[in-house]
Amino acid sequence: MARSSWRILLLFATALVMAAGCGGSDDNASEGGGKSGGTLVFAGAADPVSLDGALVSDGESIRVITQIFETLINLKPGTTELEPGLATDWEVSPDAKTYTFSLREGVKFHDGTDFNAAAVCANFDRWYNFKGPLQSPSASYYYGAFFGGFKKNESPDASPPLYKSCEARNPTTAVVTLTKPSASLLGALVQQAFSIASPTALKKYNADAGTLDPDTGFKPSGTFGTEHPIGTGPFEFVSWTREDRLVLKRFDGYWGDKAKLDQLIIRPIADNAARLQALQNDEIQGYDLVEPQDVATIQGDDNLKILDRPAFNVAYVGINQKKAPFDNLKVRQAIAYGLDREAVVNNFYGGRGVVAKEMMPPEVEGYADDVTEYKYDPAKAKQLLQEAGVKMPLKVDFWYPSDVSRPYMPNPKNNFEAFSASLNKSGFKVVPHTAPWDPDYLGRVDEGTAGDLHLIGWTGDFADADNFIGTFFQDYSPQFGFRDPTLFKMLDTAEAEADRAKRIDQYKEANRRIMEELPAVPYAHTKPALAFRKDVNGFIPSPTTNELFSTVTIG
Amino acid sequence: MLRFVIRRLLLLFPILVGLSILVFLWVRALPASPAVSLLGERATPESVARIERQYGLDKPIYVQYWRYVKTVAEGDLGTTIRSRRPVTDELKERFPATIELTVAALIFATVFGIPLGFVAAKRYGTWVDHASLVTSLIGISIPVFFLAILLKYVFAVKLGLLPTVGRISVLIDIPHPTNFYLVDAILAGDPEAFWDVSKHLILPAIALGSIPLAIIARITRAAVLDVQNEDYVRTARAKGLPPRQVDIRHIFRNALLPITTIIGLQTGLLLSGAVLTETIFAFPGMGTWLVEAIRQRDYPILQGGILFVSLVFVTVNLVVDISYALINPRIRVS
Repeated sequence: MARSSWRILLLFATALVMAAGCGGSDDNASEGGGKSGGTLVFAGAADPVSLDGALVSDGESIRVITQIFETLINLKPGTTELEPGLATDWEVSPDAKTYTFSLREGVKFHDGTDFNAAAVCANFDRWYNFKGPLQSPSASYYYGAFFGGFKKNESPDASPPLYKSCEARNPTTAVVTLTKPSASLLGALVQQAFSIASPTALKKYNADAGTLDPDTGFKPSGTFGTEHPIGTGPFEFVSWTREDRLVLKRFDGYWGDKAKLDQLIIRPIADNAARLQALQNDEIQGYDLVEPQDVATIQGDDNLKILDRPAFNVAYVGINQKKAPFDNLKVRQAIAYGLDREAVVNNFYGGRGVVAKEMMPPEVEGYADDVTEYKYDPAKAKQLLQEAGVKMPLKVDFWYPSDVSRPYMPNPKNNFEAFSASLNKSGFKVVPHTAPWDPDYLGRVDEGTAGDLHLIGWTGDFADADNFIGTFFQDYSPQFGFRDPTLFKMLDTAEAEADRAKRIDQYKEANRRIMEELPAVPYAHTKPALAFRKDVNGFIPSPTTNELFSTVTIG
Repeated sequence: MLRFVIRRLLLLFPILVGLSILVFLWVRALPASPAVSLLGERATPESVARIERQYGLDKPIYVQYWRYVKTVAEGDLGTTIRSRRPVTDELKERFPATIELTVAALIFATVFGIPLGFVAAKRYGTWVDHASLVTSLIGISIPVFFLAILLKYVFAVKLGLLPTVGRISVLIDIPHPTNFYLVDAILAGDPEAFWDVSKHLILPAIALGSIPLAIIARITRAAVLDVQNEDYVRTARAKGLPPRQVDIRHIFRNALLPITTIIGLQTGLLLSGAVLTETIFAFPGMGTWLVEAIRQRDYPILQGGILFVSLVFVTVNLVVDISYALINPRIRVS
């Protein structure tokens, strides 16, 4: 009996060792297919929602859409400069209401149909005519954010439409007319929400079909966004298995430089550590949203490398002026002097951050070099509080999000603790509050119930000052709780100003005013990082995170 | 027996109704709404309010619940808010993944746990027994996510033997008629795919099964110790039955009862979704599905998913109860 038990144990132990050993060396070859055959596997953090650019606002969908579709206007890779895309030239009328686009010739959609002015107008008209659930910000966020309303607004909250009409004057000329002047149309058109899809496919695959049932939610019933996303881009869609992989292949009929890769596979891996280990194991050859604490590991690994995106975000301490004495300018100035921003950026950003002195990054036009600056000065802060007539220490409810890492704020808790310490030295008494980022914290910030101070930030959608300070301060919002008619008007005027030089000056003025009135205290711009295998080349990081994989090669 | 089963099945209905009400109320009691989660930093009070109206979230709760019941009665569990797909479609993808992982973990836990416990009991008081105790303690005490990362680091990153994420290599393409990837590989007649799917299951199964293994080993040991001192065992030995037969027919068979109970309980727990393991291995099962849904306030997923998990749990317990009667005919189910 004794011997038989031993034999059983031994048998199992052997089986375990054999099973592990049977893994074999062919694993790396099959997992690391990137080394041969021109397939790149890239990991994002989640599955895309849909591949219909007009109906999404999440980064993962946009990442894939960027490979399949194109816009009239592109950004020069790695920068925020505009350059021709599907439009080779454009003319803006003096009243900034009429835009004439000269379109590229010889371009075909992946389904073989022609790209022309009729296709462009079909797309613009499609968005304008959205009905029902498609008008909701949960579907057409970016269209709504820029163009306001639709042909027939179904919600009392929707603004009047900025878009008036599109005319296909001839196959290579499309004229877009607006209801009001706008100087930021060109910059906005680089967004994937305004990419041009094949009108044939839109119709054939029922891109706009869907029901909105209060019980079952928005259910798209067409297959355009899930099985037949047909654009003009360097990659075309092959297949999509949820939570597993999305496969694209090179489009050989592309009008420009064809993609170097044969195949691009995007797979979702939610956990940061899992993404890193998959990269180390060559199961993926690149990934996005690198955690700051992993940067050193990746840089220290001979097989891996880090690529930086140019800074296009801002982290700030928001001030809610609803409750006194935060509506008192001296108190806000005291806050600005009481935040040791340099220490936070130097200590918690892994060398990848710079101190922000205004509410938009230097790369965006309208950035003013001569704004008022506030170096950390506890004595000055106390003096200002005294002048304001408040009793010290001034109690302040300060909120920060837990369980999240944002590109502009990798570790909110660290930032919070350092800021609290410096504020406590400057005549304040910080009362800490926290909540999970999504959706509790975000909800509070949005409703204005996140105390007096809160930590948050913003990554730009497109290279325009309006997208930063216009989003924050063009109108009253519960988040900041103040009304400054002068500032509101400055931003309204600048948004509509057609003359580029004048517009830049107007935004500079606005930035100066913001840094005087201090509705918020900006503190960091960061360079978010991507990680790749060493032998992956040709990837050009973009400030807006819309990067093309068509220039990428492996080995 | 039949009456017993029917009665238990009938009880299902009030259980599910009660649960659905609880879940419905609970998710809506959580602060913030799916609208905020959808918009993220881009949320404004107006856009949030619009989306909430769109989803009928501004209506009174009983109105919302009644509408929900009506759609479920038609066999429709609703559409997810985040991915805009039918809840049942996502359930059909996620649940088989969890089953495969659970079965793999259970096989690991029982195949190694039962012999471990058995041998420890037979070698009571010796170093084998003590070694098994230490192993069990380690198995229970090690945090699953730590074990998972460690396993990945050793067997994948350092030794390159096994993959770290997913259910199948992205370079292998097979159709998925059942969403049980092992079955799909068999149906596709693709041995390479089958082996690849198995490799993807090994490390998660070990990580997930580490705790059940420890528990099963301990219970087996205790049960065997208990049974081997029983009178009928002494009688069997006195009768001259060969030791192996005594072991199998009398000791093991009677020890199986508590072991089965534990296995049943473990199954139920594992099926509810092993969130940590799934997260670390990017294994798209029920665990990550539900936890993500909580974070994003995806009400349809939570309502449909939790209801489904409860259904499974109750069914598994029923099966365990029935199996008692099969193992030991003297037990009467009542």
